[in-house]
Amino acid sequence: MGKRIDILIIDDEQVVRDAVSRICKAGGLTIETAGDARTGLAKVQTNAYRLVVCDVMLPELDGFHILDAMKHAGVRTPLIMITGYSTMQNAVNALKNGAIDFIPKPFTADEIESAVRRGLRYQKFAHAGASGGSQKGDVSNFSVPCPANYYRLGNLSWAHMERTGTGLIGVTDLFLKTVSPVDKIELLDMDHDLVQGTACATITSQDHLSHDILSPLSGRIIERNEPLLSRPETLEKDPYFVGWLYRIIPTDVTYELKQLTSYVQDH
Amino acid sequence: MFARLSTKIGLKLIVIVGVTTIITIGVYAYFNIHSQRDNLLAEVERHAMQLSETVRNSTRYDMLLNQRERIHIIINDIGSDPAIDEVRVLNKEGKIIYSSRKESIGRMVDKQAESCYGCHAAGKPLEKLPISQRTRIFRIDPDSARALGVINPIYTERSCWDAACHAHSKQQQVLGVLDVTISLADVDERIRASAFQVAIFAISVILVASLIIAFFVNRWVSVPVHALLDATKQVGGGNLGYTVPDLGKDDIGMLAQSFNTMTMKLSEARLQLFQSDKMASLGRLAAGIAHEINNPLTGVLTYGSFLLKRTENNPEVHEDLKVVVRETIRSREIVKSLLDFARQSIPKKSLSDINEIITRSLAVVEHQLSMKSLKIVRNLDPQLPKITFDPNQMQQVFVNLLVNAADAIEDGVGTVTISSSLLRLSPQGIAHIKSARCPRGHELITSDFKIEGIPSIRVKARCGGDEGFIMLDPIYGRKRHHFEFEAQDEEKMEIVCPDCGISLMVEHGKCEVCGGRIFSFAVPTQGDFEACIRKDCGWQRWTAVDSAGQKEYVELSVADTGMGISKEELPRIFEPFFTTKGQKGTGLGLAVIWGIIDNHNGTISVESEIGHGTIFRIRLPLQ
Repeated sequence: MGKRIDILIIDDEQVVRDAVSRICKAGGLTIETAGDARTGLAKVQTNAYRLVVCDVMLPELDGFHILDAMKHAGVRTPLIMITGYSTMQNAVNALKNGAIDFIPKPFTADEIESAVRRGLRYQKFAHAGASGGSQKGDVSNFSVPCPANYYRLGNLSWAHMERTGTGLIGVTDLFLKTVSPVDKIELLDMDHDLVQGTACATITSQDHLSHDILSPLSGRIIERNEPLLSRPETLEKDPYFVGWLYRIIPTDVTYELKQLTSYVQDH
Repeated sequence: MFARLSTKIGLKLIVIVGVTTIITIGVYAYFNIHSQRDNLLAEVERHAMQLSETVRNSTRYDMLLNQRERIHIIINDIGSDPAIDEVRVLNKEGKIIYSSRKESIGRMVDKQAESCYGCHAAGKPLEKLPISQRTRIFRIDPDSARALGVINPIYTERSCWDAACHAHSKQQQVLGVLDVTISLADVDERIRASAFQVAIFAISVILVASLIIAFFVNRWVSVPVHALLDATKQVGGGNLGYTVPDLGKDDIGMLAQSFNTMTMKLSEARLQLFQSDKMASLGRLAAGIAHEINNPLTGVLTYGSFLLKRTENNPEVHEDLKVVVRETIRSREIVKSLLDFARQSIPKKSLSDINEIITRSLAVVEHQLSMKSLKIVRNLDPQLPKITFDPNQMQQVFVNLLVNAADAIEDGVGTVTISSSLLRLSPQGIAHIKSARCPRGHELITSDFKIEGIPSIRVKARCGGDEGFIMLDPIYGRKRHHFEFEAQDEEKMEIVCPDCGISLMVEHGKCEVCGGRIFSFAVPTQGDFEACIRKDCGWQRWTAVDSAGQKEYVELSVADTGMGISKEELPRIFEPFFTTKGQKGTGLGLAVIWGIIDNHNGTISVESEIGHGTIFRIRLPLQ
């Protein structure tokens, strides 16, 4: 009954709930808040939200337990984690466990808005992708095949280990769906050090929203895909091969790969 | 010699104890011998006296009766005992009237003679003397044995001057003197033997005591003290891993234990300063702060950026808000970089068997290699000790090297040999200086100039008005320096820090080889590094590494009989993006491997000959 509420924000900090609410409302979205995990879970089970935004570190329960609880309860609402930098590890872990995205605190109005927009589009595309059918729109077909050696950070970015020990990094097709159509992409400079779970590139979509791409691995950038800068449409056409972003020398590959999901598991 | 003596406590102790032993035992022996001799002589004296009394008593009656013949017989009989030299009686004039030696009878004895001296010395004859003064020891001839003589005056009594023979008048106190002489030959012999025994005993005691003392002083004092001295030198030189061996349970043993504890605490403290503990607590602190700050920052940033968007048509407010948002984003970056700094990406090292990793790597690559029908030879030392390394990283290294080896072999025919062994190497040519500091703390290592692929040590040289740079080889003992400066006069050259100009010269130091001036810099946690200023001399000294001595390394190698690498390409092979495989290679595999080996404090080197093959050697330190 009644209009479906778009978003539920669960965070124990008043200021964070207020900030998210303010931005969402200004964007024309409806939002409800919860100050702790229990209230949040109760709400999520009673109401059908389009998106849940949840802090990783809550008193009593952390984000994982919420994900778990939601899975058990059969709630399929997509969940975005927000996290202080100190819990980056948890955030990366969260993606592995089912969160669709995460935003580090503190965030600007644009950042939270972009994330929310992506999240709202996510559900549409995710289900479409799973069913294997193609969608209307000018975007290339979804079931882009990728070989077994690809790993993904949630549904955001992927990494591929090359024979020589270097790593290739790129954006997943699902992520691209949520930001499509792509207007331009900004890359970091050479020799820059990437940290797993932090922003490594920015895509501007045609609706003027900026979307940060989170790096799946830590390492040093030794090569950039320069042609992408002038021809961003390559990204959406072939995100897994020609549309790669960086080549890096990874610093802690064995450990970090464990944080990622192997594409093999999807097939 | 005394100077040397005074520096060794063990020697000092042994000498003083030895001297004390010699003195005490010597004095004791001396007094022992003398006392024995005196006792013996007193015995003989007593015996002689007794004999004398006996003779007097046995001849008294005959003297009273004036039985001269009988007196002769008695005296002869008594005197015939071989121990008795002579028994004689002198009358008051000094004439020998009776004697066991016939030739003495009738002779006059001089008052000055030794036998008379005791009583007649004062010029006037004495009447009564104690026995000790009536005894004399003399030699009959200079060569003969000693003899002891006892003078026994025959005092008068009533029946003497009352007798019918009228031999003696009433006024005479002393009628004559009985002189008994006993040979001391036997006694002297016994004294000599006894003295000899005592002397031998004393010497033996001194020797044995000295040896025992020397042994125990050495064992309980010298050896432990030297062990401790060595240990302090080692630790002073920077080797904090050195421990003193167990030196027993006494005070010195406790000192050693205490020393070890002290060293351990020192190295722990040093570790804490440079490594995980401090970083971990820093990390926790930073994480805590970040977590606390992030929420309020979220409020400011989100609302601020939102306001910024909304005031696009109000330029003044917009500009002001831009500042707010910009600085808040800057705060975010500061927190982020604080966390990145505190973040540790720890390579997951553990103590493992490297042979196992090699076997695993071979398994991964084997089907690829065998497809080419390559021969694979394994020379793995089964006694190889375990070392601390990251197994996954090492596997990456071996897989990479094996794949390269296989690629190098054309036509699919060849051999790939993989070996592991244990080496002992001196630090020269191995030890790698990774950080060098001037006295003010400036880093002298520079990546701007690399010698054989590793950052060198850059110093500035000044001579006269000229100055220039010299890049020193960071490998101890390899000395492949790069000179951008030649001094006109080496004696006037000064080596200084390129950053602050402070002199690196060692004021009172001298090169041990050529006597020239030396300069030095500090290697953090590993003491000082010194080198001779003369280009042709090349002397270097890194005490901390030298005193740690030879170190053990595990050497791993992958060799192939492939096409080899040319001399021009060989020095560049570990550079990122350098590839000999044309389009096929990315040129990065070896750079990655180099990084992994460097992270394990090891070294990797390559030898190759075109047409023959290539061998990669990895050396990993044992601890």
